[in-house]
Amino acid sequence: MSNFSVGFRSSGHVQILDLKGELDAHTASELEAAIQKCQVNRQVHIVINGSSLMYISSAGLGVFMAYIEEIRENGGDIKIAALQPKVYNVFDLLGFPMLFDIVDSEVDAIGKFEPSNA
Amino acid sequence: MVVDTHTLTIPSSTSFLEEVREFVTTHATNAGFSENAVEQMKMAVDEACTNVIEHSYQGKSGQPIDISISSYPDKLMVTIRDKGLKFDREAYKEPDLLLYAKSKKSGGFGVHIMRKLMDSVEYKNAGGFNECCMTKNRS
Repeated sequence: MSNFSVGFRSSGHVQILDLKGELDAHTASELEAAIQKCQVNRQVHIVINGSSLMYISSAGLGVFMAYIEEIRENGGDIKIAALQPKVYNVFDLLGFPMLFDIVDSEVDAIGKFEPSNA
Repeated sequence: MVVDTHTLTIPSSTSFLEEVREFVTTHATNAGFSENAVEQMKMAVDEACTNVIEHSYQGKSGQPIDISISSYPDKLMVTIRDKGLKFDREAYKEPDLLLYAKSKKSGGFGVHIMRKLMDSVEYKNAGGFNECCMTKNRS
């Protein structure tokens, strides 16, 4: 029984993925499938809402790493929002703020996709 | 002087990682470590076990992984033991985040994370076992 799930919502042209639970080597494939689904649907403006993400290991971080370049090459991006402090610490530990837009709230993340901010 | 030792054996499947994290959380908390230190140890042990499953056992399930946690007056020691392929320290290189993203790779950060989170990480190979021994000092 997996304790991780991905919920899909949208706001205009932005696809929001709500991550819930614990993201590790066992559950990383579910995040991968969610991002692949976005690609199939040609949704390249992706916001990750991490407010209910309780844990992430390098396997979870690796999924973001594996897809970020391709999504940017297609004119999109992955913005990461509302992380719990202990989860943010893991992103920070590996230098992810250098590579990803990590913001405090989902609203801020969606705003980053507005034409004036792009 | 060892104060307290606890052991857990899991089969080599990522579906048991959650149980490993609960095991570490329980015993590191009982040993008096802060919530932040417990989080760090939990993640380091998760990464070590993931490496055993994916690299030592090459994804083969049902192989034993023994985890032991020993509490000392000055530190906590976690040992992860397996019977799979030897960890090749020579082949291990610190990952470069930007190069990794460009190459669209997704893995290879486990040992890097373990070394950042723990005070020491050592690998040994003896008697047909691989042993990863990590310590966290009491601050």
